[in-house]
Amino acid sequence: MEKESIKVIEVRELTKKFGDVTAVDHISFGVRKREIFGFLGPNGAGKTTTIRMLTGLITPDSGDVLIDGVDIRKNPIKAKMKIGVIPEMGNIYVDLTAKQNIILAGRFYGIARSELENMADALLAKFGLSKRADDPVKTFSKGMKQQVNIASAIVHSPELLFLDEPTAGLDVQSQRMIKTIIREMNQRGTTIFLTTHNIEEANVLCDRVGIINGGEIAAIDTPEGLKRTFEETQSVEISFDKTVDVSKIEESRLVIRKEKLGDKWRLYTDNPDKLVKYLAQFAQDHNLIFSTMEICGASLEDAFVKLTEDR
Amino acid sequence: MIMPLGNFNRQFFRGIAVVTEKNIRIYYTKPPVIIFGFLFPLFMFLAFYLGKEVDFYIFFPGLLAMFLFFIASSVGPLITPWEKQAGTYERLLSFPVSTNTIILGDSAAGMIFGIMINVVVLAVGLITLNYSLNILVLCLGMLLGAFCFSALGVLLASPSVPNPSYVMMFSSIIRFPLIFISGIFIPLEDLHGFGRMLSYFSPITYLVDIFNFSLRGQSNIALIVDFVALIIFSLIFVYLANRSHKRNLMRGL
Ligand SMILES: Nc1ncnc2c1ncn2[C@@H]1O[C@H](COP(=O)(O)OP(=O)(O)O)[C@@H](O)[C@H]1O
Ligand SMILES: [Mg+2]
Repeated sequence: MEKESIKVIEVRELTKKFGDVTAVDHISFGVRKREIFGFLGPNGAGKTTTIRMLTGLITPDSGDVLIDGVDIRKNPIKAKMKIGVIPEMGNIYVDLTAKQNIILAGRFYGIARSELENMADALLAKFGLSKRADDPVKTFSKGMKQQVNIASAIVHSPELLFLDEPTAGLDVQSQRMIKTIIREMNQRGTTIFLTTHNIEEANVLCDRVGIINGGEIAAIDTPEGLKRTFEETQSVEISFDKTVDVSKIEESRLVIRKEKLGDKWRLYTDNPDKLVKYLAQFAQDHNLIFSTMEICGASLEDAFVKLTEDR
Repeated sequence: MIMPLGNFNRQFFRGIAVVTEKNIRIYYTKPPVIIFGFLFPLFMFLAFYLGKEVDFYIFFPGLLAMFLFFIASSVGPLITPWEKQAGTYERLLSFPVSTNTIILGDSAAGMIFGIMINVVVLAVGLITLNYSLNILVLCLGMLLGAFCFSALGVLLASPSVPNPSYVMMFSSIIRFPLIFISGIFIPLEDLHGFGRMLSYFSPITYLVDIFNFSLRGQSNIALIVDFVALIIFSLIFVYLANRSHKRNLMRGL
């Protein structure tokens, strides 16, 4: 799909400190209209802090955020009218019913009550919650609550939707349903900004992914582009019964980088299969006995190491 | 401050109305609101007056003010801590609202609750006691007093760690002295010197005086001073609540 190049989110040199901790450190990026943009990073990377600044919840120490051209610091209400937000810890009111929650949200955006009734019914039907419309949300499962949460955040048909770790802590079915909803919303023209610590989720959902670590952006690319980086971080861990001159293995040109871990070696490769087969032959030829031999997939951790080294 | 009702203002007042409605729906029926707001002043009333020879004709205006104070200020301290504990606060902030919208919506909820119950107490007083009523002054006083006290309640919510019972205790520590230094248990005309001076630091004093004026036609402070004092107290409470809510925004999120 062709994505328009107009930027709906523009972030310049955004920074936030909590005491001595720099949670977000001079980050700049743009999100294009109609794309699904993912912010990927481990816990404590600064994802939530970033999303809170983008949605006007906390004031940055410095830097600018433009939401569809509107400066969120100068004009927070106007900017907030354009967006829907599903915060990481954000719950809906459990004392209210599903429908009451959606209607309450809609009223904040000035939608007429009569219209809201219909919209709430339509949303509940869409999420398959019509039968539970008038039950208090406290009787709902976590996945159902998250659905009502999303329904409440999109009742005013925002152009831009923020979701902070929308699938964290949900069961597989609920996760899939949430992902489907995100894709559908996007296909109907909504720009999505989401955060996740799950590589696979970013991979299957996002048009572009920004990797954040320690409050800094390590890379922004398409999932395919990033995958190339991840692939190079696959590794094979080996140790033999006697010490071996590892540089001989490097002659295979399958090893990108090597690392000594105690009596083991970790050999980074973009083709673990080939390397393992080569190693088997190598052991045979040199009369070696494997005491360890393990393929380690690309982990986010490793990708970060890689990405920070490259810079 | 009041501009033509542009988009911004419409959004502002709508936000206050929606927050108020939400509060009424969810928080009026919470047990602590009923206990601290309604039963507390009732027990205090019983403890102080029951079995004593008191002239209710003289004490009723003070009682009325005490009820309004307790009830109007009982809702505010609980809402934000509750919302933080339940995780709904961040959600609420993501709507097109500002801190002031939330503060005024929370105040309005306390105000309405206070007035509702106060009208019942007033009715009992009017039926059993023989007052010649100045209804305009009484209504204005009740409105302004209710707003002032509920804004105090919202201010007391702001150091909110997400722990309603802690906030309730803290708010009682502030609220009780304000009752005792006001002219409720000792009529203002009997207060002299230091006691009298101290009473001017409690907003309740001014409302008692307004109620005294509008029910018994007798007051110790100029009416205009009463109203101005209540307005100044209200503005201070709203201003401090705004600052303190902003400062504590992230606490307990
Ligand atoms: N309100 C806060 N007060 C103090 N430190 C905070 C606060 N919020 C976040 N931090 C710190 O900022 C860093 C980034 O946190 P966060 O944005 O929540 O990361 P993520 O969402 O990626 O897990 C962490 O080190 C965290 O401890
Ligand atoms: Mg987070």
